[in-house]
Amino acid sequence: MTKDTHKSKISGATESKDSVGFKRPDGRKIDEMREISAKVGVIPNADGSAMFQSGKTIAIAAVYGPKTMHPQHKQDNSTGLLRCTYNMISFSVTDRIRPRPSKRSQEISKISEWALSPVLMLEKYPNKVVDVEISILQADAGTRCAGINAAAMALAHAGIPMKDMVSSVSVGKLDKQIVVDLSKEEEDFEEGEGATDIPVSCTHSGDITHLQLDGKISAEELKEAISLGKKACGDIYEIQKQALKDTYKDLQGEKK
Amino acid sequence: MTRKIVIPGEIIGKGDFLPGEGTQKKGDEVVAMRFGLAEESGKLIKVIPISGVYEPRRGNVVIGEVTNMISNGWFIKIGPDDVGFLPLTEVPRFVNKDNLDEVMSLGDMAVADISIINRRGIDLSIRSRGLGKIEDGMIVEVNPYKVPRIIGREGSMIKLIKDETGCNITVGQNGLIWIKGNSVDDELLAKKAILEITRKSMIDGLTEKIENWFKANGKSKTKKVDEKK
Repeated sequence: MTKDTHKSKISGATESKDSVGFKRPDGRKIDEMREISAKVGVIPNADGSAMFQSGKTIAIAAVYGPKTMHPQHKQDNSTGLLRCTYNMISFSVTDRIRPRPSKRSQEISKISEWALSPVLMLEKYPNKVVDVEISILQADAGTRCAGINAAAMALAHAGIPMKDMVSSVSVGKLDKQIVVDLSKEEEDFEEGEGATDIPVSCTHSGDITHLQLDGKISAEELKEAISLGKKACGDIYEIQKQALKDTYKDLQGEKK
Repeated sequence: MTRKIVIPGEIIGKGDFLPGEGTQKKGDEVVAMRFGLAEESGKLIKVIPISGVYEPRRGNVVIGEVTNMISNGWFIKIGPDDVGFLPLTEVPRFVNKDNLDEVMSLGDMAVADISIINRRGIDLSIRSRGLGKIEDGMIVEVNPYKVPRIIGREGSMIKLIKDETGCNITVGQNGLIWIKGNSVDDELLAKKAILEITRKSMIDGLTEKIENWFKANGKSKTKKVDEKK
């Protein structure tokens, strides 16, 4: 029954092509993100750390280094390197996942590295490496974006020289409607043209550092999706900025 | 002089400003390059780092543990990832090569200064006064970026702690602090004061605050109580 009503609403929206008439499963507006919270300094033993929560998705990131790269043959004597490890904790989803690197987590590790490295200035640290450990405590779509957001804050907290901050959000297309920050329910949307997931990462100045696309979308719609994503990234940036500034706001902050 | 917390990429000055340490000029604007405190002094803007790992520099006095010994020197761990080498030739007295234990052995803590940094590593020296093996006392670890706060402007803060507790304090730039006092109570008081500073390191006029803290918790208070008796 509920599915039927849901469907009717969707089809109504597609007929009129009116974005206001479109209703998302959780009642958000098309450019409304889930509730976001961020905190810096959640892991005292790390050189820098941060937590980023978007709806039910929770990611924590810990930064260690710059430290000497081991194994030695991976050292680069012209610049320091960034090494990300993305990991979904076995209890992060309803079906327990086997706690070991999968093809998917390896790919996202690499993606996070590429999304973050353009803003880092590691030339000062030859033969060194900065380790970023991203753990997903709870997954509800958009985990790579949450991971990148947390990692960017953690890197800043660790005092790594950076040109800018990186914010990340996933934009999606549900049937024909472009929406921002998909939840798991929306990601599994199967009506009409189905769901398209487009994670976007960009700096505060508006440069895109990472863009992925899973599904079908026209060039026109992609442009629209990216501009919507950039706008959302601006909002996330403000939250990241506030979280970093709050670290020492009450001045009673513990060590680090 | 106002200080405010800035994050990487934040615009901290527009127009006629000079970019200092931790900043970069982009067109007309000065942009912060790292997380820290932005400080304006005249036309110059710089960012003072408040977090991160220790970066060894030439001339720094550091404290570390002897982790390895070879026939011509000692390896001293001065940071989570940095090991310095103290060659036998940098010891200011005659040492029998068969008996390096005379100077220091594995597990000992030592104060040294960094004489050379190059590609091959870090070389240490104990030629200056006050350097060498630590015989007794207490070692406190703090974040390396809190060290300037503990020393204070022209050493005002460290002098205050020394005067109040009567302890001899050596601050390593790598965040390790050696406290040597007449009694364990003095050392503990100095340790408490240092931890208090790290907790309140972002407050302006910290030296005064710590003076008040000593009035409330310090030795002078207990002394006064004794006098009344």
